[in-house]
Amino acid sequence: MDRRELLKFIGAATGAAFVGNALAWTPVPSATPLKAAGFSAEDLAYLNDIADCIIPRTDTPGAKDADVGRIMAIWVADCYLPAEQALFKQGMTQINSEAQSRFGKPFLLLDNAQRHSLLSGLNEAAYQYNRENQIDHWELGRPGGRPDQPRPLPHYFTLFKQLTLLGFFTSEIGATKVLRYVAVPGRYDGEFPYQKGDKAWAT
Amino acid sequence: MSVNEYDAIVVGSGISGGWAAKELCEKGLKVLMLERGQNIEHIKDYKNAHKEAWDYPHRDVPTQQMKLDYPVIRRDYPLNESTFGMWANEKDAPYTEDKRFDWFRGYHVGGRSLLWGRQSYRLNPEDFQANGKEGIAVDWPIRYEDVAPWYDYVERFAGISGNRDGLDVLPDGQFQAPIPLNCVEKDVAARLQKAFKGTRHLINSRSANMTEPKPEQGRANCQYRNKCWLGCPFGGYFSTQSATLPAAMKTGNLTLRPFSIVSKVLYDKDKKRATGVEIIDAQTNQVIEYKSKIVFLNASALNTAWLLMNSATDIWEGGLGSSSGELGHNVMDHHFRVGASADVEGYLDKYTFGRRPAGFYIPRFRNWHNDKRDYLRGFGYQGSAGRQGWQKDIAELGIGATLKAGMTEPGHWGIGMSAFGEMLPYHENRVYLNHQVKDKWGLPVLAIDVEIKANELAMRKDMQQDAMEMFEAAGLKNVRGYDSDYAPGMGIHEMGTARMGRDPKTSVLNKHNQVWDALNVFVTDGACMTSASCVNPSLTYMALTARAADYAVAELKRGNL
Repeated sequence: MDRRELLKFIGAATGAAFVGNALAWTPVPSATPLKAAGFSAEDLAYLNDIADCIIPRTDTPGAKDADVGRIMAIWVADCYLPAEQALFKQGMTQINSEAQSRFGKPFLLLDNAQRHSLLSGLNEAAYQYNRENQIDHWELGRPGGRPDQPRPLPHYFTLFKQLTLLGFFTSEIGATKVLRYVAVPGRYDGEFPYQKGDKAWAT
Repeated sequence: MSVNEYDAIVVGSGISGGWAAKELCEKGLKVLMLERGQNIEHIKDYKNAHKEAWDYPHRDVPTQQMKLDYPVIRRDYPLNESTFGMWANEKDAPYTEDKRFDWFRGYHVGGRSLLWGRQSYRLNPEDFQANGKEGIAVDWPIRYEDVAPWYDYVERFAGISGNRDGLDVLPDGQFQAPIPLNCVEKDVAARLQKAFKGTRHLINSRSANMTEPKPEQGRANCQYRNKCWLGCPFGGYFSTQSATLPAAMKTGNLTLRPFSIVSKVLYDKDKKRATGVEIIDAQTNQVIEYKSKIVFLNASALNTAWLLMNSATDIWEGGLGSSSGELGHNVMDHHFRVGASADVEGYLDKYTFGRRPAGFYIPRFRNWHNDKRDYLRGFGYQGSAGRQGWQKDIAELGIGATLKAGMTEPGHWGIGMSAFGEMLPYHENRVYLNHQVKDKWGLPVLAIDVEIKANELAMRKDMQQDAMEMFEAAGLKNVRGYDSDYAPGMGIHEMGTARMGRDPKTSVLNKHNQVWDALNVFVTDGACMTSASCVNPSLTYMALTARAADYAVAELKRGNL
C-alpha cells in the first residue's frame, strides 16, 4: 500500500456518544533541571569529554556531537538509585584525580592520546573488577536499579560507559547518523542482503 | 426509555467488552459501555505513537519516582515513559497479595486491548475435554465445535495473520497471510522437522497484526514499526479502538461512559434477574444507577470476580454467582519466563529489514499423541531469531574508535524462545474482597492468593530442557537455558474466577456464559475459562463473547431474559 492510500485509511473514529468527562492523561515526569541535581555547565562539558573519548567522532558524529553528557546527568539525577548516584559522582572526582596523578593535570587539559590512555586503563580495571565480583554486562543494562532489589555495584567507570553507550545510541544523531533508522519500514524482509560494513539498525 | 435505561450494559471496554458492545449494538440493542478509566480516542490520543527514544525526557527509561509510584508494574518491563499513564494507578486502586501476584491492569477505554501481545491461537478440541477426561476441576460445558464458527467469525473481523499449518494441536483459522519468518527461523524450522521426525513444528506466529488492509474498517496493514503498545495510528492491530468500538459506534446504538467504576450489579431477588448496575463516577464520586435488560461483565477476570462478589451480598454473603462456592476461585495464568537462547553461526550476508511485531511459535508437543509425561497438559514456545544490534558483548573492544566501529555493525545471529505453560485450575488459588483496605473511592480491594504448584513446577523443567534440546538438535551453538523469576500474573492472562460448567453446584456460569443465579448476566472475559490451555487466550474471549451475545439477543427476543 502506498503512502497516499495509507493516509486515506487513517480516519479518526466518529459518531461517538459520550457522557461524563473528557480525557485526563498522566503526564510523563519531566527531567529534573540539572542545576538542581548538582550538575554545573562545567560538569556537563566534562561528561561530554569523557563520553567523547569512549565514543569519539570518526567519519561519523561522536558522543559530544550528540550532547551525551546531558542525558548522562539526567539519568543519574532521575533514574539512578542513591548508591549509583554516589558512585557516579565519586567517579567524576576519581577520573580527575587519576588524570592528576598520571599526567599532572585535570582530565580537561589532557590531549586526546592521554585521555584515551587513561580511560582505556580504567576500562581494563573495570572489566577486571567486574569479573572478580561476578558483575556481568552492567554496561548494557537499563540505567537504574529497583529500590527493593539492591544489586552489587560495578566499577565506577562501568557507569560512565553504560550511560555513554545508551545515551549515544538512543540519541537522534547516534540512531540516525551513525546507526541506521527507518521510521515506517512498511514491510518485513527476513533475508535482507547484508554486506560487511553496513550499519546496524538503531531500533 | 429514561436517560439511565438501556437494553444492555457492558462493563469494561477491553478486548471482550469491545466485542460485546459491537455485537449487541449491531443486533439493534441500545448499549451503555462503562469504563472505569479515562477515554483514549483512536489515533488522536496515541500521543507517543510517533516518538522515538530521543523524544522522551529520559529516553523511555523509568525514573525512580515512577518506580516508587508503581511498585507492581516496576517488577517487569511495562514501566516506561512511552506507556506511562496506560497502567492502573496503584495508589488510587491498590490490591493486596497473600502471595506475590503481579497484576498489570489497563484502566482506560480499550483496556489491555491497546497493550496486549496480539498472539492469537485457537484452543484445540482436546483443550475443551482434558478437564473431564483427567478429572481436573470440572468439564467444560462446551466443545471445540461449539466455538469453531465463532472463531471463524471473530478472526475474519479482527484480522489475524498466520499460516494454515494443518496441525491438530493448533487448529487453523481464517487467516491473512502470515508475518514472515526470517532466514534463520526457516532453517531452524526445517532442522527441527527432521530431528524430531515431524512431531515438533516451528511455525509463523499467529497475530492480530494485519498483513492485509481492511478498508471497510479504516485500518491499514501492519507497518512493521513494532510500536503496537503506543496505539497504532494505522490501525494495524486489533484493539477496541481500531476495530470493535468504531463498529459499535457506527450503529448509533452505543453510549460510552468513561470514568465509571461499576460497584454493584443490581439484582431483583424475586425475578432472579439483574436490573442494571450502580456506578461511582471516578471523578465526581457521584453514585448513579443504570438499568438494563441484560448485563455483560467484561471487566477482566479478577475485576469481574470483584464486581460479582460485591453484588447482591444481602442474598449471598459471597456475592452474586457465589452459590457454587467457586466464584473468585480457580485463578489461572500462563506460567512462562523459562526457555533457552543460542547463538547461530553463519548467515552473515543476511540481515532483517523492518521491525516485526511477532516471531515464531512452536505449538505444544508434550502429552500429545503418544507422548506421556509425569505432569498434565503442556506448553508452547514463542520466540524469534535476529542479529545483535549495538547492544552486544563488547569486552574485547576497549573504548574509542574500535568500540564505536564494533558497536555500529550488527553482530552474529541469535535465537531465543520462552515457553508458555498451562496452569491447572486449583480451587484454593483465589481472589476475595479485602474489606480492611479501601481504594480511593472507599471500595474494598481485591486480595489475591495464587501460586503455581507441583504440576507447573514439573512442567517448567521440560519447558527449559526441551528448548535447549531443540536448539542443540538444530545445531545451534552456546545453548543457554533459563528459568527466571516467574510470579503468577506476569503472563497477564488472568482466567478462571467465574468458570463455565454443567452444574450450578460447581460452576458460576452455564454453557452460554450466563451466571446461573442471574441468567441475564453474562461473563465473557477471562473469568469464564474452565481451563487455561497453553495458548494465548484473547482470541477465545472474542469468540465466546460473540457467541454469548448472539445467544443473549435470541433469548431476549424469545422473552426469556
